[in-house]
Amino acid sequence: MARTGRRTPPAAVLLIAPSLIFMTALFMWPLVVGVGQALVGPDGPTTAYLRRMLDDPYFWTAARNTLLLIVVLIPLQFAFAIAMALLLRERPRFAGFHFYIWVIPLAISDLAAGLVWLSVFTDRGYLNSALDMIGIDGYAWLSYQNPVTMFIAVVLAELWRATSLVFVIVVAGMQGIPKDYDEAAEVFGATYWQRVRHVILPQLRPSLQVALILRTILALETFAVAQALTGRNLPLLVGETYQWYSVQLNPNVSAAIALVILAVSMLAAAGYLRLMRDQTETR
Amino acid sequence: MSRRAWVQVACVAITLFMGVPLYLIALAALSSRESLNRFPLPLLPTDPSVETLRTFLDTTGIVPGFVNSLTVGIGTVLLSLLIGVPGGYAVARYAFRGRGPYQMFLLLTRALPIVVLSVPLARIFLNAGLYDTTYAVTLLHTALALPTTVLITAAIFVGVSREQEEAAMVFGASPMKAFLRIVVPQALPGIAAAAMFTFVLSWNEVLGATILTLNQRTLPAQVLTTLSDSPLAYRFAGGFALVLPAVVFIAIMRRYLLNMWGTTLR
Repeated sequence: MARTGRRTPPAAVLLIAPSLIFMTALFMWPLVVGVGQALVGPDGPTTAYLRRMLDDPYFWTAARNTLLLIVVLIPLQFAFAIAMALLLRERPRFAGFHFYIWVIPLAISDLAAGLVWLSVFTDRGYLNSALDMIGIDGYAWLSYQNPVTMFIAVVLAELWRATSLVFVIVVAGMQGIPKDYDEAAEVFGATYWQRVRHVILPQLRPSLQVALILRTILALETFAVAQALTGRNLPLLVGETYQWYSVQLNPNVSAAIALVILAVSMLAAAGYLRLMRDQTETR
Repeated sequence: MSRRAWVQVACVAITLFMGVPLYLIALAALSSRESLNRFPLPLLPTDPSVETLRTFLDTTGIVPGFVNSLTVGIGTVLLSLLIGVPGGYAVARYAFRGRGPYQMFLLLTRALPIVVLSVPLARIFLNAGLYDTTYAVTLLHTALALPTTVLITAAIFVGVSREQEEAAMVFGASPMKAFLRIVVPQALPGIAAAAMFTFVLSWNEVLGATILTLNQRTLPAQVLTTLSDSPLAYRFAGGFALVLPAVVFIAIMRRYLLNMWGTTLR
């Protein structure tokens, strides 16, 4: 534009300025305050809050559970989402209806998902009712005495709720793949599984990478599902920040745990980017 | 069985896995308290009743929670559009220095866990006198939604013809007028979709809303904080009340889903 002289800032800067200022005020400032809360006490820098966090046995259980949840959930979720996308690619009947049902959980919060599955797994809930009708005795799925089934219930609820996000990213990625390669591979006699393994999956890599980083960071933040299903019987890291903040009324320890979560998220994201880049280079 | 038949069976199985829990929570929320106490629970809607839902709605804090959730949701949509649309327009239309870093900055902020912001923000808002207000929650939710709003609106503006906008300016319209008369009408459906995504994000957010409020709870925050000392019927009704908007929302939005969440999410 001719009117934009040397002195006046270009229009683009004026347009992005509000969002930059807002994001700095609501992201960068709290980040600095948060580091201060975790590491600075009333008389200067201190590791007291970090030590208090580490001395709490719940912290280690929560860290272990969170890690276990990610390790078990993410591979299952990706296998499930890719399978769903491949099924839809076969153009089944009522594809539109299936798609609608499969993406509903996209808009469901983790608290709601926990409550939905609570109606299934609770002692006098729908699962035990159904078992009772076919003559099998009920089971205390969510009791703290049965940590394995409690964990499975949380994994199932998360699988139900959060797989649609991966699914939508994978489907969108598949739409961007030209059909030619797949057809060529078919002409040359590749089986279906060979085509999936060597033609479709490699081309989905960018979508899978995005989904993997996003889901890992979101899985680290899981908490209301476990809260709704098990109370504090299956502690998770974010649940512990909530516990320290709202119940123990100690924002400093809470901020310390939040920093741990931040560090792990950043590490996970950096690690994935590295891993994906290395693999593309060696190919 | 043929390969096609297997595909059909698998699709139906997944639809059942996704759909049956939704049916069950609706069934539980629409049963009378008396039938929820029975065991085994009936798996078919033998005696539908709004008693459970009504008791839930009559509980202290639920209706104000609804109102707060709506206030925060609408506030978040308006604020994030007000701040985000200019940013999206700049990314779509101008090749300025710093465009790459700006987009990186937005992506980076999206990767920050909410919990990292919520605890320090509570202290900041306490000092600013904003703690325990719907404004505080609106500001937090806007911060969460803004990166996505900018990236989605940028993708929308790229799709709006630049020539028409320039033609309007050649014929004497100011840049602002050209934007309002030419660009906005074409971008409106997409912006409406982005607004709905933002609303759902705000409607679903639990942790930040819980930490930033004491009395001005949003609906999920109210349900979460009263969870441990509530009867099962209350929890089922709460779950249903939180799920219902999602079902309606996806029904309206499924056409836009792949474009918005699929491609622009990157």
